[in-house]
Amino acid sequence: MTARMRRAAPAAVLFVSALVVWEAFVRLFGIRGFILPAPSAIAVAFRQEWPALRAAAVGTFSSALAGLLAGMIVAVIVGMAAARWRTVRQGMMPLAVAANSTPIVVLAPIAIAWFGLLSPWGTISVVAVLVFFPIMINLVRGLGSAPASEIELLQSYATTRFQVLTKLQLPTALPYLFSAFKVAAALSLIGAIVKEYFGGRQDRLGQYITTKAALLQLEEAWSAIVLASAFGVLLFVLIGLVERRVMPWHVSVRSKT
Amino acid sequence: MTALDLRDVAMVFNRGGSNEVRALEDITLTVGQGEFVSLIGPSGCGKSTMLRLIGDLLRPTDGEIRVNGKTPAQARTDRDYGIVFQSATLLDWRTVLDNVALPLEIMDIPKTERDATAREMLELVQLGGFAAHRPYELSGGMQQRVAIARALSFRPALLLMDEPFGALDEMTRERMQMELLQIWQETNTTVVFVTHSIPEAVFLSTRVVVMSPRPGRISEGIDIDLAQPRVFETREEPQFYQHMTRLREALRKVDDV
Repeated sequence: MTARMRRAAPAAVLFVSALVVWEAFVRLFGIRGFILPAPSAIAVAFRQEWPALRAAAVGTFSSALAGLLAGMIVAVIVGMAAARWRTVRQGMMPLAVAANSTPIVVLAPIAIAWFGLLSPWGTISVVAVLVFFPIMINLVRGLGSAPASEIELLQSYATTRFQVLTKLQLPTALPYLFSAFKVAAALSLIGAIVKEYFGGRQDRLGQYITTKAALLQLEEAWSAIVLASAFGVLLFVLIGLVERRVMPWHVSVRSKT
Repeated sequence: MTALDLRDVAMVFNRGGSNEVRALEDITLTVGQGEFVSLIGPSGCGKSTMLRLIGDLLRPTDGEIRVNGKTPAQARTDRDYGIVFQSATLLDWRTVLDNVALPLEIMDIPKTERDATAREMLELVQLGGFAAHRPYELSGGMQQRVAIARALSFRPALLLMDEPFGALDEMTRERMQMELLQIWQETNTTVVFVTHSIPEAVFLSTRVVVMSPRPGRISEGIDIDLAQPRVFETREEPQFYQHMTRLREALRKVDDV
């Protein structure tokens, strides 16, 4: 058994046993499908609904990804400005906190009103607003977390502020940034699906789940949820892979390479 | 030629505040080119503060400092000094070689040239085989040697050392002291060395400056006229013990105040 397989084993065992227990539970107690469908029933629905699911997923995931990317870019720019200039930080933070406290149930109708019911920009902007805050706040914190001795060391070489940023602050902030990206990836899917739940094209996961749930076709609704979760895991893993490439030196990564 | 000239230097932190600290007062000190001067005294006597004033990492509240005849700010801009702290302060994301080359990189020296110099410096501290390693793969003593190689990489005329061997075990410490003396002799660098250790100060220095705390003042300067070069047996000579005794008595006096 390779080291990689050994690491994956606990998760795989847990996943499979959960499915087995779930299936047994549903069958044993004769639980009706509209309360809790069995994994096998969800699998059947998944196969039958695949063309519709795939179309919906492509639309939803591309909006989520576009929003995630836009939010990342804006958050990194604003975060760097906030870390560099105190006035920016002090001016920005209350607004950012306020934006972050705005519930998505408010954001979604506003986005629909602004961009129209069917425009992908509505979903993209909701996702971008949602992922902005955790990335920005973590970046500011990361950029400010270089130890005083390391800053003094660079000062002793008469470095420019830009050199301090590139040679010290950004590498120090990387672990913070990647943690934020992982949180943001999950948020982007939640944001996209909830926004679509409030309205938008029918061939999107949010609308698909809403419609199927209303029709009590819970197997179909569940299969869409499974697809979204799988995509969330995929994003998480991808970010983790990039993280390992970018910062092999970090404690959190070291032992695994 | 004088490497260092401090005249009536005073340093007050939080001046006028309730937490005002008079860290240094009436500091007048001249250090000639090629001298090895140790600053010794109880905690809170301002030794580290003095080093930071010389290095322009802090500005004095009063008095005048000249480093190679220039203001500390100018000397820092001209990269006249290298600094070594108690902790190695190596950057985790850089290899050992890239850590040593960091100051040269900041000075925009071409890569082939700075790598060659960095390798040379690693040889000097007997770490030639560790260029590709990461800092966390080295022991504490090796990390500190990398820090010394880094401070020497751009051949500064002045070396500022803030308890560089404070965290090392006694064996490693004595070996590092030998290495440092060899480097000092080969490079004709002026060294200002902060320490808590009486034998270390006597063994290394041409002159020991004894400081008293609250506020930090210079209470005595003791010339150490042990023969050069110092060797392992130097520590066993009667004169070595006489100097130690003299220094211990000087320190007891300032501690009683």
